[in-house]
Amino acid sequence: MRYDSLQDSLGGTPLVGLPRLSPGPEVRLWAKLEDRNPTGSVKDRAAFYMIAAAEKEGLLTPGATIMEPTSGNTGISLAMAAKLRGYRLICVMPENTSAERRQLLEAYGASIISSPAAGGSNEAVRVARDLAARHPDWVMLYQYGNPANAQAHYETTGPELLADLPEITHFVAGLGTTGTLMGTGRFLREQRPGVQIIAAEPRYGELVYGLRNIDEGFVPELYDESVLTGRFSVSGPDALRRTRQLLEDEGLFAGISSGAVLHAGLGIAERAQAAGERANIALIIADAGWKYLSTGAYGGTLEEAQARLEGQLWA
Amino acid sequence: MAIEVRIPTILRTYTDGAKSVEGTGGTLDELFADLDARHGGLRDRLVDEAGLRRFVNVYLNDEDVRFLGGLGAPVHDGDTVTVLPAVAGGSA
Repeated sequence: MRYDSLQDSLGGTPLVGLPRLSPGPEVRLWAKLEDRNPTGSVKDRAAFYMIAAAEKEGLLTPGATIMEPTSGNTGISLAMAAKLRGYRLICVMPENTSAERRQLLEAYGASIISSPAAGGSNEAVRVARDLAARHPDWVMLYQYGNPANAQAHYETTGPELLADLPEITHFVAGLGTTGTLMGTGRFLREQRPGVQIIAAEPRYGELVYGLRNIDEGFVPELYDESVLTGRFSVSGPDALRRTRQLLEDEGLFAGISSGAVLHAGLGIAERAQAAGERANIALIIADAGWKYLSTGAYGGTLEEAQARLEGQLWA
Repeated sequence: MAIEVRIPTILRTYTDGAKSVEGTGGTLDELFADLDARHGGLRDRLVDEAGLRRFVNVYLNDEDVRFLGGLGAPVHDGDTVTVLPAVAGGSA
């Protein structure tokens, strides 16, 4: 397939069957390979749409500085687009994220401001808001509340899935900014009223939940509970085990958040199988495993890998 | 048997530092009332007039109870309930 530029090749990702992980011919799992996007993750969709929207609204002008809280993938997508379009990018990123994410951001010319590991992405959001208040000329696209994030999935991910899998019964994706689930979920529910929209949410170690007060909690502004039909919390060990299973059984080298998505998807598949119901379950593979090699997730015993992952933001 | 309830760090002041406590009840609401009898004040940190507090997430065997009937969600002996503050998680 031919495109005018790398950015133009956004989306149109393959949907592949997972025949060895599917419980049977009536209950099938499908993986949408979002690592086949320009910078290797699903976040290209949100990032390119947010930049296009900000340009259209006149928020971004030549030479502007973009500043964004990110645990990595959105930052990498923005860094690539910023380089090509002549913007400066500053990423506010928790210090407990993988080395590869930092290296990629630096390769694309982005600056990184580290936020404390304790508190995880909550702290990155807080630090970014403080910076935005002190630097009114910087443009914070703010992926957690930017409608263009969900709109990207409403206009691209949703229609692509429906075209490739008209018989879709379930859609499962990771829950972060909630943009993928909100946009794709809204589109699919309009087109297939009975479809189930399921979130797989990473459950981290205690460090990440170390708020001083429960009222400091955070729910992304994009989140609308009514779009979802279910939400599962997936532990690091379960996500890691499933990430390895994707590679072992299907040959699919995915990032760790995709293991969490598979864990939720397999739970749904087993329920459908037990109930004798047909199911076609689409899973979002948000990225490949390359950026997580340094975490040790893929080598040694599962126990060793789990110990190394403790305290890391793996999704 | 009873229902195991896992308590996040910031709420362990109500459980004498215990990471998990046990309780009984037929619904989540009854379970929280039972817990509050031994860990006074805990329920008020989880629930307000409208139901579960905005920044509190409760999972029944790893599934968010907001999709299982909220405070009315049925619970059974042997279940595990996990309470967590809502944070910005996930890949972003």
